[in-house]
Amino acid sequence: MTTAPHASPRTAQPAVPQEEPRPRFADLVAAEWIKLRSLRSTWIAHGAAALAVTGLNAGTAYDTYAHWEERTPADRAAFVRAGLPLQEAFTVNAAVVTTVALCVLGALPLLGEFATGALRTTFTAVPARSAVTGAKAVVVAGFATAWGALVTVVSFLLTQAILDGRGVGIALDGPGVPRVLLASTLLAPVCALTGLALAAALRRTAATVLASVTAVMVLPLLLGEDRYWTALARHALLLAAWLRLTAPGGSAPPPYPWTEAGAWTVYAVWATAAVSVTVLAVRRRDV
Amino acid sequence: MIEVANLTKRYGGVTAVKDLTFTVRPGRVTGFLGPNGAGKSTTLRVLLGLHRPSAGTATVDGRPFGGRPRGLRQVGALLDAQDVHGGRTARAHLTALARSNRIPPTRVEEVLEDAGLTGAARRRIAGFSLGMKQRLGIAAALLGGAPVLVFDEPLNGLDPEGVRWVRGLFRRLAAEGRTVLVSSHLMSEMEHTADDLVVVGRGELIAAESLAEFTARGCRQRVTVATPAADALLSLLTAEGASVRTEGGLLVATGMDAGRVGAIAQRHGIPLSRLQEERPSLEEAFMRLTADAVQYPTGDAR
Ligand SMILES: Nc1ncnc2c1ncn2[C@@H]1O[C@H](COP(=O)(O)OP(=O)(O)OP(=O)(O)O)[C@@H](O)[C@H]1O
Ligand SMILES: [Mg+2]
Repeated sequence: MTTAPHASPRTAQPAVPQEEPRPRFADLVAAEWIKLRSLRSTWIAHGAAALAVTGLNAGTAYDTYAHWEERTPADRAAFVRAGLPLQEAFTVNAAVVTTVALCVLGALPLLGEFATGALRTTFTAVPARSAVTGAKAVVVAGFATAWGALVTVVSFLLTQAILDGRGVGIALDGPGVPRVLLASTLLAPVCALTGLALAAALRRTAATVLASVTAVMVLPLLLGEDRYWTALARHALLLAAWLRLTAPGGSAPPPYPWTEAGAWTVYAVWATAAVSVTVLAVRRRDV
Repeated sequence: MIEVANLTKRYGGVTAVKDLTFTVRPGRVTGFLGPNGAGKSTTLRVLLGLHRPSAGTATVDGRPFGGRPRGLRQVGALLDAQDVHGGRTARAHLTALARSNRIPPTRVEEVLEDAGLTGAARRRIAGFSLGMKQRLGIAAALLGGAPVLVFDEPLNGLDPEGVRWVRGLFRRLAAEGRTVLVSSHLMSEMEHTADDLVVVGRGELIAAESLAEFTARGCRQRVTVATPAADALLSLLTAEGASVRTEGGLLVATGMDAGRVGAIAQRHGIPLSRLQEERPSLEEAFMRLTADAVQYPTGDAR
């Protein structure tokens, strides 16, 4: 009954049944990494975001450099005493741009698969959905960490080189430098995971971008430091945690102070919650 | 082996698949037919664990496919050739799929070659024609050398060479003992390729039987006769129970096979210049049986 009258000789097929190698999570991570790096848009978007953030930092340092002569000696001394050279290594504006940009960049790998339907192909190849989304989270977080480290270190070296033109640049081993660099670096992966989680839950590009901007940028604007309850809520936000971790040593404490450890905890909680939401949101729903 | 049992899938108020039961056997090509919106793609999405059934089960080799650690070595599937990210090259797309299932990169080159895409492997998929995407989807389905293969309208957009390749491929996969389930609207193609049919209409089963049984059931045999004594033969055949009409100087009889027609003509000394039995076509059978199913509830199919 089943002869093959048109069998083409150029197709080679292994016989059935076949050995199945043990599944490894590392294979899924490798596959997600291939997917991420094989998109030109990944490199263009991350490159543009890196330029924007580094440019903002360098621009601020250059502004200080250019207007240095206008400052009085007392003013200059106060600038150094307040720890502002280190603050210019990674400015608040740069941090705000980082949060929004990385949220969107972290959302893109999953949004792209939802929008194109490629997620169906992915889940047909690997029906264990949680493992796939877990691997995606690993790759998104890993890539964002590398991006954050690169941008943070380049920003630091660039800004301090500019400030050194006025003799006020600080060295990599200066006081508080590791904390600022680490807090700024890790802001990137935490935001990327947040974006990924929002993409998993919302699935639509416009909604995800809107929710990202709200979560990382609008909420910090709405919740002030002056009232107990808004301060409490504010301290649960990423940007507030970053501000706490990078506050110059010489600045006045806020009305409701909180600890550095508390700020690190906010990072950890956001990252953990984001990964959980990502995995749970696509575990059972139709795709 | 694919087993679908009492499968129902609702999307909000729409019942896409209703109490569907059928089995797809290994070693045969099974055509999955039905009018637009009949629930074929829905059934395949549930089978592959992409959508959850509202009721019932769909299993591959006795177990649901959804949730298995890796899929490519168990089921090769092409559901929609558009389900790819256009920003990647064909090779990157297949390489990522292969890597996730620990399939060696050499296999990617093999399936690219099989699908005739080696020359386009470095091009981004966004620039592919529909037929090229279809070839890419089929290549992906072949990656794992799976014993069960599922294709949803794989012939869309393929050129004649591609159609021939796919036809031969399905026959060969079945000959190797694999289970091959193919949905298609191209009746002429299914007629050449399928051994068995599963036919659905409005989400319900119309038929699950061999292609030959289905076509035989779907339309009665027709016999075409050319004779100088057309009027005489017409009344003789009609008297013997056939329904006969004239068509461009020929008689077309249904409800009687060529042997009977010949015997009757001989008995009455009527010369015949042509006597031809026409095989019923799958398309005709399909049109008739699915039209019926739309008109009546299933289970009532003749
Ligand atoms: N995700 C969905 N949400 C809502 N309704 C859906 C969804 N998918 C399918 N349907 C509905 O289910 C029914 C069956 O659709 P399905 O795509 O399974 O048909 P089909 O047999 O594949 O048709 P075609 O031959 O046109 O491909 C249709 O009425 C369709 O509108
Ligand atoms: Mg369909």
